Amino acid sequence: MIRDTSLRSKLWITAVWALVGFFILNLFAMIASVVTSSFATRWLGTWFPAGWTARWYSSAWSEFQLGDVLLVTFEVVGAVVVISGLLGVTAAYALARREFTGKKIIMLVILLPLIVPPITFGIPLATVLYQTGLAGTFWGVVAANLVPTVPFVILVMIPFIEQIDPRIEAAARVFGANTFKLFAHVLMPLLLPGILAALLLVLVRTIAMFELTFLVAGPTSQTLVVALYYAVFAAGVRAVQSIDAMAVVYMVTTLIWLIVALRFVNPTQIVTRAKQQPAH
Amino acid sequence: MTMTVSAEKHHVESGPSLRQRLAAQGFDAVTLLVIPSFVLLALLFIYPFAYGLVLSFEPKAGSAWSNYVRFFTDPYFYSTIWKTLLLSVPVTVLNLVFSLPVAFRVRLLYRQRLLTTILVIPITLGTVLIAEGLLNYLGPQGWFNRALLAIGLIDHPLRLVHNYWGVFASLVINGFPFTFLLVLSYVTGIDPALEQAAATLGASARQRFTHVYLPILMPGLAITFCLSFVQAFSVFPSAVLLGEPAGETRVMSIAAYQAAFEEYDYSLASAIAMIMGFVQLAIVIGMMASRGLFYRGPATGAKG
Repeated sequence: MIRDTSLRSKLWITAVWALVGFFILNLFAMIASVVTSSFATRWLGTWFPAGWTARWYSSAWSEFQLGDVLLVTFEVVGAVVVISGLLGVTAAYALARREFTGKKIIMLVILLPLIVPPITFGIPLATVLYQTGLAGTFWGVVAANLVPTVPFVILVMIPFIEQIDPRIEAAARVFGANTFKLFAHVLMPLLLPGILAALLLVLVRTIAMFELTFLVAGPTSQTLVVALYYAVFAAGVRAVQSIDAMAVVYMVTTLIWLIVALRFVNPTQIVTRAKQQPAH
Repeated sequence: MTMTVSAEKHHVESGPSLRQRLAAQGFDAVTLLVIPSFVLLALLFIYPFAYGLVLSFEPKAGSAWSNYVRFFTDPYFYSTIWKTLLLSVPVTVLNLVFSLPVAFRVRLLYRQRLLTTILVIPITLGTVLIAEGLLNYLGPQGWFNRALLAIGLIDHPLRLVHNYWGVFASLVINGFPFTFLLVLSYVTGIDPALEQAAATLGASARQRFTHVYLPILMPGLAITFCLSFVQAFSVFPSAVLLGEPAGETRVMSIAAYQAAFEEYDYSLASAIAMIMGFVQLAIVIGMMASRGLFYRGPATGAKG
């Protein structure tokens, strides 16, 4: 490592860290203000609320039917995780192991839903789903959410499968394993860490996926993040603290899974399919 | 496999079988596994796009092009392009410019994980929660204004929500971590030996950056710019909740949403979505094309 010890470079380094500190400070202060407000009895024109209470949680729970919303959220997320896992892993296996004509076109079709933002393809998608009658239903929401998650699983899994030596599979074949045995006893154990990581990321992304769910969800198929949007949108109808309590419920739901996911993946993978960087 | 062997025996006189010819092209039972995913994406991504494109040329009234004519002649519509660009371009540039020096410091850290974990939080929480939180935090009675008043930087609270700056702040909070983590992955991918060699030859920190790092990083930065820009360009929830959705921050996605779900004019909505997609695609293709102008080659070193 090159060390530059001049005064100017020290000032520069200080400025860079001050910038990072300022960003993180604001981020945490923002989150803290939501949490504080959700426990406040009355909070107007002071640094801290007049008193503390937990009653907003019970009122938010009944006002926004959070029980139902959470149930729908987990059903949608569960279905999306299972289906995108099944479709994504099998497709990734084919794409990692075979070279065939037209592969580039298929890769482009897989890449596009990740590059094109959800609101852009969500509007034509919602139009089609409304005409087929799927929009507003549970399966409509699941279908819309699969569009970015299946490509995501494929892209995470391809390098993972590529690193498994095909000779291991050939050896299993030689010793008489059929396709099912090969899959259950050879491939699955080797692929499990990758599949787990990919599916946890899908889970976190789907809980937070607003645009697609918002465009196709009906009153009974709303997920938590969409319900939160409507609550903030209609602010003034209900107490601010009640909406903040709901926001805290949402944060806790998301962050629990984020913490679980981070035990298995590198944080940068949430943003990009990062190659394993050399440690230095 | 056994199937292929028996087929081989069968057709040994009549030349390669269809199965064999397909296998030579890379098509066999394993390749077929790609079909379910491809069909799903064809039905839920390609078909809606094609359908939307066709629908945008079938307006409720007027000729085929009338949706597009209406968009580009009515200031209520065409001003949204300008408003969206006015938000997304400065935010993307700002995020990129701040990400670079930070990434260059963080790359030297041995324990990057804590910082990257903290920065993943806003991405995970998503735009709706950030908008909700900022309404509180940046509001006239929020902690941000209170702190500025207490320090004495301002005399009366700044107006930071329900206008341009609210949306701007939310795009920075969501976008900076995203941009930074992408830039970091490119910066750490460069072999430090390159910089050490430059330093040995007497290059100053500035020279090492402009003559060694920047040319290598350019293609990566172009991709980062594209992805960050496309995200900022499609801003929706925070523009509604934190901005002024009828005025300053009436971005394209709001116009498309209103056409579809408030006026039930799916044809017009599709046309707006197509224009959005086209603008994004134009930027991405332009950036990708310009990659050819920059250095492309190995930079990760032998141990990478």
